[in-house]
Amino acid sequence: MRHIDEYRDPEQVRKLVAAIREASPPPMTIMEVCGTHTMAVGRYGIRQLLPQQVRLISGPGCPVCVTPQSDIDAFLGLAARPGVTVTTFGDMLRVPGSKSSLEAERARGADVRIVYSPTDGLETARRNLAKETVFFGVGFETTAPGVALTLAAAARENVPNFSLYCVHKLIPPALSALLSGEAPAVDGFLLPGHVSTIIGTSAYEPIARDFHVPCVISGFEPVDILQSVLMLARQVKEGRAEVENQYRRAVTPNGNFAAQQAVEAVFEPCDSSWRGIGVIPASGLKVRQEYEAYDALHRFGISEMAEIPEPAGCLCGEVLKGRARPADCPLFGSSCTPAEPVGPCMVSSEGTCAAWYHYGGE
Amino acid sequence: MCLAIPMRIVSLEGGEAVVEQSGVSRRARVDLVPDLTVGDYVLVHAGFAIAKVQEEEAIETLALLQEMSF
Repeated sequence: MRHIDEYRDPEQVRKLVAAIREASPPPMTIMEVCGTHTMAVGRYGIRQLLPQQVRLISGPGCPVCVTPQSDIDAFLGLAARPGVTVTTFGDMLRVPGSKSSLEAERARGADVRIVYSPTDGLETARRNLAKETVFFGVGFETTAPGVALTLAAAARENVPNFSLYCVHKLIPPALSALLSGEAPAVDGFLLPGHVSTIIGTSAYEPIARDFHVPCVISGFEPVDILQSVLMLARQVKEGRAEVENQYRRAVTPNGNFAAQQAVEAVFEPCDSSWRGIGVIPASGLKVRQEYEAYDALHRFGISEMAEIPEPAGCLCGEVLKGRARPADCPLFGSSCTPAEPVGPCMVSSEGTCAAWYHYGGE
Repeated sequence: MCLAIPMRIVSLEGGEAVVEQSGVSRRARVDLVPDLTVGDYVLVHAGFAIAKVQEEEAIETLALLQEMSF
């Protein structure tokens, strides 16, 4: 598998692990921001390969996990309406709202369709003109451009029954919020490679500069991740705080301009609520007024939603901030398992709790 | 959810491409990545190509890794 196998070479992994030991950084905590990294770290046993003084914790980079329960409940409400088809990525199916889940609504007869791409959501609308079709737009900068193009296509073709429930979120404002709040001491960020293909390395410069935190943008294979950890270890050892780019085969300084333009045309930044963290200024995307006819909030008259408390005992909020490990949660592995999840970090295939459950933790 | 797979462009028509990796092929929109040609590798996420894989950068990264001189 070209552009994949080269970065899974066991010999290269051994060399990098030895080099990290040799770099002998002081005790340091690295936050892997992205849920896709969390899964790769678990799958390849990377935590277990690292010397004891290098600790990896997970951050708020699982989109399903940081979507507040109020949005999930509102979307479940749409799914339960007669004459409405909801379309979403598969990760959302089993996420528990306060009373139900999409899977449960589907069992009760709701028309819930799992799609691979937002364009499949639009195609569903075109083929079922008698029903309203809503797409749940969840995801970070990586996902928003494709959704933006899909919404623009719906407007251009005048597809009357398609709308978007938009909960897209942005990574840099969340990192700033984490460093400003009572977050754990983070000595370095392992930054999301695919978000960065869109926003570029320059988007993180203020974080490295203002908070003096080393940042390395990383690919997703084991060699990528270990090389990035080594780069972070060297920065910490040398007292540097720079944005370095390990994933140069995909990420440029200024990112993907066409994708940024697609997002800008359809969406505008808004304050957004993150599960476990709260409202972060300008950390979300909302549909611009010109496209409000295709905004599910407008079409279905959904207004301000009340905050819904977390399920009793669930520590997802703390896990998402890197302040608790899954094993610290009293529900982890007992009443909360992938088969019977209580919180979103156990449901999403990229959730920290799911990764620890499947692959083991520290 | 930010998973993206490097896939090779087999054919291109309008804003759409057929892409392939390890015997699996599928369609992907290529509106977000200008100036692609057949044979290029792109990262595909949720049905959209989001970046072209830069061959020279990949070769350089692997060479630097071999020498551990990055």
